[in-house]
Amino acid sequence: MSALLEVRGVTKRFGGVVANESVSLRVEKGEIAGLIGPNGSGKTTLFGCITGTHAVDGGDILFEGQPIAHLRTAPIARRGLIRTWQQTRIYDDMTCAENMAISAREAHGGLVALLRPVPAATTRRGDDLLAFVGLHEKRAERAGRLSFGQQKLLEFAMALMNEPKLLLLDEPTAGINPTLINGLIDRLRRANTELGVTLLVIEHNMRVIMNLAHRITCLAHGRVLSEGTPDEIRDDRRVLDAYLGAA
Amino acid sequence: MLDNLLLFFQYPPLAIDVILNGLLIGAIFALAAYGMALVWGVLNIVNVVQGELVVLGGYVTFLLVQSGMPPLLGLPVSAVVMFCVGWLIYRAVIFRVVDKDIFISILATFGLSILIQQLANLLFGSEVRTVDAELGSLHLLGGTVTLAWIKILAFGLALVAGAVLWLFLRHARLGQAIRATAQNPRAARILGIDTDRVYAMTYALNAALCGAAGSLAVMAWTIHPYVGLPYTVRSFMVVVVAGVGNVAGVIAAGLGLGALENAAGFIFGVEFQIAFVFALMVAILVWRNARAARKRSHLQ
Amino acid sequence: MSRVNDWHIMAALALFGIAAPFLLPGLVTQLAFLWLMVVFALTWDMLGGRMGYNSFGNIVFFGIGCYAAAVLQRDAGLPYFEGLALGLAVGAVLAVLAAIVFGAALLGIRGHYFAIGTLGLGIAAGEIASGWRYVGAGSGLALPLYPGDLGSREFFFCYSLFALAALCFLTCRWLYGTRFGLALNAIRDDQDKADAMGLRTTRIKIFAWSVSAFFLGISGGLAANMIGFIDPRDVAFAGATFGVWMVLMAILGGKGTLWGPVLGAFVFHVTQELFWTYLLGWQRVALGLLIVVIVVFFPQGIMGWLAERRERRGTAA
Repeated sequence: MSALLEVRGVTKRFGGVVANESVSLRVEKGEIAGLIGPNGSGKTTLFGCITGTHAVDGGDILFEGQPIAHLRTAPIARRGLIRTWQQTRIYDDMTCAENMAISAREAHGGLVALLRPVPAATTRRGDDLLAFVGLHEKRAERAGRLSFGQQKLLEFAMALMNEPKLLLLDEPTAGINPTLINGLIDRLRRANTELGVTLLVIEHNMRVIMNLAHRITCLAHGRVLSEGTPDEIRDDRRVLDAYLGAA
Repeated sequence: MLDNLLLFFQYPPLAIDVILNGLLIGAIFALAAYGMALVWGVLNIVNVVQGELVVLGGYVTFLLVQSGMPPLLGLPVSAVVMFCVGWLIYRAVIFRVVDKDIFISILATFGLSILIQQLANLLFGSEVRTVDAELGSLHLLGGTVTLAWIKILAFGLALVAGAVLWLFLRHARLGQAIRATAQNPRAARILGIDTDRVYAMTYALNAALCGAAGSLAVMAWTIHPYVGLPYTVRSFMVVVVAGVGNVAGVIAAGLGLGALENAAGFIFGVEFQIAFVFALMVAILVWRNARAARKRSHLQ
Repeated sequence: MSRVNDWHIMAALALFGIAAPFLLPGLVTQLAFLWLMVVFALTWDMLGGRMGYNSFGNIVFFGIGCYAAAVLQRDAGLPYFEGLALGLAVGAVLAVLAAIVFGAALLGIRGHYFAIGTLGLGIAAGEIASGWRYVGAGSGLALPLYPGDLGSREFFFCYSLFALAALCFLTCRWLYGTRFGLALNAIRDDQDKADAMGLRTTRIKIFAWSVSAFFLGISGGLAANMIGFIDPRDVAFAGATFGVWMVLMAILGGKGTLWGPVLGAFVFHVTQELFWTYLLGWQRVALGLLIVVIVVFFPQGIMGWLAERRERRGTAA
């Protein structure tokens, strides 16, 4: 396997606060990687650094072997690296179907490509993906009207519509009805196996991440604390200490 | 234009005259800007009607002097009258747009600005008005630098008013409530602060500051019905440069703007002075944005 | 079904536009202004309603169109219609260029900073024009006389502006049906998200402003010729009238809808023509009051209000 994403010694400071200190991490092509850590350990900041929202203060980020740390969000997204947010972000005043249509990869093209109606094939694919996350009957509804959990699913479907090579998910199960979580895990897995999307997932729900991820990285105080398979992480004393606040 | 620029550098006393007079006028800008920063910070509204409040304050003093009162008495009266006007404006319009989308409040205050500007035009006429405070002038450097005493007084009073307000916000009960509301309105409500009243008082205080600024403006300079929007834009610019919660910064930026504007008026000609104010504001916004964009992608 | 409705209204409007000058010969100039207002509202809504960038400075492009036509018709030495055609073309090109330059500088600015920044842009343009001697400074410019008789002059400008308004409407209608229209909405709803999904937002925003500026530039040249005279602050860069009306009409009709701006322009213009003369000098006071009332009590506009009503009836049934 080759590394799809390689984070090498990334440091990010906000004023005097060091949010990430020399963080290194690899995501292999085709895997589901997990990122855990107590609140404030710098997980979301790392996502921001990778996807171009924050300028990094040091270190390198390679995507498919190419450096991307100097790029802004949009060019990074066009290379196939898409993220979702913990507080979901969707287009509130557009219908679900429109949300899907504008998330398609073709929308990355130049202006001329944009000056055409949405192709029937794109609409169909959008509908299929909405069905995949169980929102097909909501397709004509305004996205802002959906419940929080449904918005989360819509955001996930929009990300898939973009045909990313790597998808960064920030707490996909937070705020979702516990009875629906198993269904969501199943969908994340299917996105990985059937659609071939590599995933890097931030998750607080230990049951979910231990079930889902092939490999897990644990951050604490902005540094990488531990790395390994779910079983190794589960048995790592330091991880437990970090969560209990002893570290 | 080039001649004026050369003159400016070849004959330093002239430059000193232009810059000092600008600095003194700048105190009035700082006063209005301080009010805008207050409303912006507490109500989260960009008060486009700011300049019209200044102009109205000026008219209050003008009318008082017309009816035979001494000019300097106009200052406190203008402030008090405008305090009431501000309170009325808050109760009539502003409280309805406080929690709404920022564009709604901008457009609503913009509508108020047109309304007051045109009312002033109908009620007071479109003539340029000024009031002679009869204080004479200070002559320096053998008469090349002329500073009207009223400008110096205006400068001092503006600083005093700023200081009083600052002390009020620090130490008075209401001032503390205002600051608490600015930081977190929900928490302030939970703690039993009547935020609606705080908003009303803040807006009225801002109007009083504008009234004082307008009173000084009519004595030290001139007013007419259409001079309001430039005051709004000056205040906006000063707040953008200095930041919402920075008293010293607002005063420094206000004074600087006064000097810069006066120098620009001298160099480009008075007919371009207003154009300069607006163009400078656009330039500041563009520069600020470009800087922020660079920060987001430091290597590009 | 709504699609059929659309076509019906468009056909009715086209008929009205063609027949009205003959049926209402006393109102031809007012009709011409009506079509101008439609262009104003539609072009404002492309940014304000569709893209969420509330501009107070669109009047700049109108003013550029005014001055481009006036200066060219004065200096080019061409016969009237050739001069007018050249003036309109150059006005449109200059307006688009201005939109590209201002867009690159200003469209990165968000929210109230953008609104106030564009307000400054509009006023600065008016102030510069009124100090610039080449374009007549404060006293403005007169346009060459129309060669035909008075009646044909009115007809000419009425139909030209009608054609422009129709073209503008059809362009908007087409654009909003494409992915570009969706991209504008996406930028309005969450620009950071649109960026993070790979959309070329800067390019999209500048293009939208350019389309807006294109129609405003042409409308400026036509309006200047129709009025016969341009004053820097009261005609070309008339921020306090035309500039505010643009915003008001779009909001009154319903921001971000296809028909809202058209409806808003009709309602506003007709109301204005009916009642304005009775206000005897209080027109601008009334305008200020109208803005406050509409913005505070009716921000959703007529189309938004209709949609709310339909929805309420839907849930009640």
